[in-house]
Amino acid sequence: MDTIKTADLDHDFIKEIGEEPGAERIVLCFNCTGCTAGCPMANLEAQYNIRKILRMASLGMKDEVLNNPYIWYCTTCYKCQERCPQGVQNVDAMLKIRTIAVKNGIMLPKHRAVAQLVIQHGHAVPINDDAKEKRKKLGLEELPYTVHRFPESLEEVRKLIGITKFDELTKE
Amino acid sequence: MPTLSFFLGCIMPNRYPGIEIATKQTLAKLDVELVELPGASCCPAPGVFRSFDKATWLAMAARNVVLSEELGYDLLTVCNGCFGSLVDANNLLKEDEKLRAEVNKVLKEIGHEFKGTIAVRHIIEFLHRDVGVDKIKEAVVKPVDLKVAVHYGCHLIKPSKERHLGSVENPRFFDELVEAVGAESIDYEDKLACCGAGGGARTAVLETALQMAEAKVQHAVAAGADCFVDACPFCHLELDVGQTEIAKKFGREYNLPVLHYSQLLGLSMGFTPEEMGIDMNYIKNDEFLKKIGGEQ
Repeated sequence: MDTIKTADLDHDFIKEIGEEPGAERIVLCFNCTGCTAGCPMANLEAQYNIRKILRMASLGMKDEVLNNPYIWYCTTCYKCQERCPQGVQNVDAMLKIRTIAVKNGIMLPKHRAVAQLVIQHGHAVPINDDAKEKRKKLGLEELPYTVHRFPESLEEVRKLIGITKFDELTKE
Repeated sequence: MPTLSFFLGCIMPNRYPGIEIATKQTLAKLDVELVELPGASCCPAPGVFRSFDKATWLAMAARNVVLSEELGYDLLTVCNGCFGSLVDANNLLKEDEKLRAEVNKVLKEIGHEFKGTIAVRHIIEFLHRDVGVDKIKEAVVKPVDLKVAVHYGCHLIKPSKERHLGSVENPRFFDELVEAVGAESIDYEDKLACCGAGGGARTAVLETALQMAEAKVQHAVAAGADCFVDACPFCHLELDVGQTEIAKKFGREYNLPVLHYSQLLGLSMGFTPEEMGIDMNYIKNDEFLKKIGGEQ
């Protein structure tokens, strides 16, 4: 591994992560590795190491962390957060790191596609013909009582998304 | 008679409507009134949207909570993901005045205001705490003779500081509800393990997410389970659709049926598997359907 040069570290990164209440606690990590030892994802994919990622983040290795493809492997099961003896909010910190990545234009194309579904339909998993058939067969109305049934409600959601600029943030 | 608004979310109405009808039918029999929540949207999914932009996640979740506030009822969800987003957003906005002001600035432009007047409930904790195991036992007309692998999922119980549902490593309340309908809740390896779908992982790294699901299925099969019973349509999809993907990608077939608790409860109340949409799963298992009184 290359030497970590202090001149390359971004000391504001931890402050940015700390905007998420509790996430600044990653500096309290004493490397016991309980988080990673119990992690179901690390069990399958050893390259995914939340301890290491959060350690790099607290050191200020911003570019390495944001461009690390494994930050997208966490299933947010919260097992590590529950077990951490230092009360580090690992998952909350990981989610904050992801939002910083997105803000910097780093986002998986597949995730952009999911964002477009919500922008267009108000649902991340919109209705399809198969589900409409199943609904009818069960005696339910073809369209659920959601934004799918009420165009004015969908417009409301789309307006909200315009106000928070989520459409610009996630455009393909 | 308790009355709650029924928050549908995405996956239940748009992929597994059987869970929707099962929830309506079974809660009616338990004297719980559900009212529609017109115009609700995606919760939005905590693992993806909170990973992209917290302000949008929070504002959209707040709008859904507000729709129920405007009706004057607590909100009920049958999904761990929706529960995660809506409880966390509701708590955050009740506790943090600054955040509430920011969100209300957005909501004002679409004619709403978050006031913090309702609670967000998940069907499993609601049934256990408010309806009670005894009342469920009384409603059973046809005890369900099945060995069940209970799948709690993650966001029903975690983060525990927001949920107050007791032990996250060894919870019992969901098992008690399963046992109330006559079924046996079996122990299986890594019972509390994640299904693999959450956090955007199913979208980002499908094959790895499926490996996580496959481990759960293998452990349940090894313990002699007749089926999974879950508390979340997204876990349901990962375990059900996931098995068809595992068969295709990895060449291994399990055909372990997957039921949402509302569907299991429906069987015990005398509804048929078809009325509860259990035959609409992607996994087809005729032997199981026959065992639970299906048509064939």
